[in-house]
Amino acid sequence: MGMLSIFDVSGSAVSAQSQRLNVVASNLANADTVAGPDGKAYKAREVVFQTVLMGAGGAGGAAAQDAGVRVSTITEDQTPGRRLLDPKNPAADADGYVTYSNVNPVEEMVNMISASRSYQDNIEVMNTAKSLLQKTLQLGS
Amino acid sequence: MIERLTSALDFQAKALVLRAERQQLIASNIANADTPGYVARDFDFAQALRSAAAGSSAAGSSSDGSNALGSPIAGDPLADGTGGATAAPRLQYATPSQTNLDRNTVDMDRERAAFADNALKYESTLTFINSSVRWMQDAMKSPSQG
Repeated sequence: MGMLSIFDVSGSAVSAQSQRLNVVASNLANADTVAGPDGKAYKAREVVFQTVLMGAGGAGGAAAQDAGVRVSTITEDQTPGRRLLDPKNPAADADGYVTYSNVNPVEEMVNMISASRSYQDNIEVMNTAKSLLQKTLQLGS
Repeated sequence: MIERLTSALDFQAKALVLRAERQQLIASNIANADTPGYVARDFDFAQALRSAAAGSSAAGSSSDGSNALGSPIAGDPLADGTGGATAAPRLQYATPSQTNLDRNTVDMDRERAAFADNALKYESTLTFINSSVRWMQDAMKSPSQG
């Protein structure tokens, strides 16, 4: 309904983008990890966004449908990780190779910039909606 | 008599409601700028205002709006959206200017421009309503009130 639902829509987008940023942070932090929590090499994670309808089927029937966004799943990148010959490393396998995580730092940086820009966009939308609503409240005075 | 006082406001009020709705729609588009498969939507403001002012709804197709968004029809970007129920404007899908690998058709440049434009026009509608109210108040004042 009206402009108030902008805060729901943009709020959901902001939280989804911050979750994406969170995943990027954990990927970058583990860019050089040899073993993840399961003992195997860390696998890069990626969020999958999904549109979620908010306030659909309201009293107004097919009035403007508020399309928010949420993180539906977090997928793991299944490409094999980097393998380096380092027989002295305690994590080396029988052949003397160490398997590192498959995080691509360049990809993650691009992802981070995109997430932060989208975050800013949605904050901007909320700021504009807020100032418009404030002016609407002062209507007729 | 009282209708004649408020009839001037009626049109602006309808415009204001439509502006708010469009603002909301653009906010949805911006929120879904990174969602795979999302199809950007908008409506023809002039057309919507015309039909709102005429007091008639764009009587048309049944409202299956949830379907239209939940599973976008990939091959048909220009298809009309749902016909609104009462005063809801007819939603249309945006034609993508550059195709995307994830079938998302949100053009952030266009959405940002539309958002700023719509916000400004919302504010000007507010200003129009405010000044109409002020004119009416002035007209109601007695000469001694200054």
